[in-house]
Amino acid sequence: MREDARKAAAWRALAAVEDPEIPALSIVDLGLVRGVEIQADDTLHVRLSPTYSGCPATDVIRRAVEQALGKADTGRFVVTPVLAPAWTSDWITAEGRAKLAAYGIVPPRSLASGARQGLRDDAPVACPRCRSLNSVCVSHFGSTPCKALHRCSDCLEPFEVFKCI
Amino acid sequence: MSAAAPVGSPTLLRYLLRLGDLSLVLGQRLGEWVGHAPAIEEDLGLANIALDMIGQARLLLAYAGEVEGGGRGEDEIALLREHGDYLNPVLAEQPNGDFGQTIVRQVLIDAFQLELYERLASSADARLAAIAAKSVKETRYHMRYSGGWLVRLGDGTAESHARAQSALDRLWPYTVELFAEDEVDRAMADDGIAPPLAAVEAGWSARIGELLGEATLERPRDRPYTWFGKRGEHSEHLGYLLAEMQYLQRAYPGVQW
Repeated sequence: MREDARKAAAWRALAAVEDPEIPALSIVDLGLVRGVEIQADDTLHVRLSPTYSGCPATDVIRRAVEQALGKADTGRFVVTPVLAPAWTSDWITAEGRAKLAAYGIVPPRSLASGARQGLRDDAPVACPRCRSLNSVCVSHFGSTPCKALHRCSDCLEPFEVFKCI
Repeated sequence: MSAAAPVGSPTLLRYLLRLGDLSLVLGQRLGEWVGHAPAIEEDLGLANIALDMIGQARLLLAYAGEVEGGGRGEDEIALLREHGDYLNPVLAEQPNGDFGQTIVRQVLIDAFQLELYERLASSADARLAAIAAKSVKETRYHMRYSGGWLVRLGDGTAESHARAQSALDRLWPYTVELFAEDEVDRAMADDGIAPPLAAVEAGWSARIGELLGEATLERPRDRPYTWFGKRGEHSEHLGYLLAEMQYLQRAYPGVQW
């Protein structure tokens, strides 16, 4: 296989690896794949960025990636974690954000908005069902480390918000 | 991440164990709340913070193992050392008590980690800088949680105020250790690996002062006595915590998930 074709096959395989906690999204949508290169010794090198330090999905994702690459027959490969620069929710792709919204999870605001600085930044979040801005944060820690739990004060439905980090 | 660790620096090793053990021991304590917190949201919140803490401990202790250069991995370091080899500050091992005491302990440590990690993110040690830059983002959320609760408890009912104040009075003396500089801290600061503790203390003190004001809690008087968990001198509470934390690994040596 030519180098480009091999890399493209790897990317296709990676794009099919779902996040175990949010199966609507692939790890490519989440911006977890930091690079696919072919090293001098012909090994395919995939660099993965972990999300939260304590995210239980990290090990599962790594195993799923190794399985997917093995199945895709992309030749010898290694998967290494990259810590720096640290993963940020800004790396979620436009497609990933659209998929999150369609799944009913409010996509994260961007870091550029300065949300990172404010330790109590509680700008209003629109309810994904009725669009009302009249919502409250019930807990900054939802069903997974990356999501906060909110409740709409108009339609009274609870909903999840992907945290800006 | 793949850069070779500076093998054999006993000072760096001690420093990494101090940071890693702080997260590990506090993570273990917070895990004790799972299934017992006052409400499901707090159960999830405390468990999520515990997970972040243990994740940070894994990164730090795995690095410590490489610096040590003896082939010990994160599990062996985390789960098979003796009491006096743990270098966390004594504050981290203090029992959960009631929810108020857990929150006060959390606020005091979150503010410390926040001020520390923000500065460690520009450490001369690239690996430590990467771990800190990642951890500080999580710590901001921890601070938001614990700080928010401190204000609600302190500025809440007479009962919640009294309990928060009593937890603060009980735990405050243990904070002296966080800023009691010794030769390890000085060496790390001299090498540009860690910030001077005085700078961390100034940031911590301002942050805590502001929160206490908002929570209508009274800042306790400082006392001169210092514990030295970071030199392996612990309170009796650590032994019980370790007995539970190490049980599985000792009963089934080498067990893996």
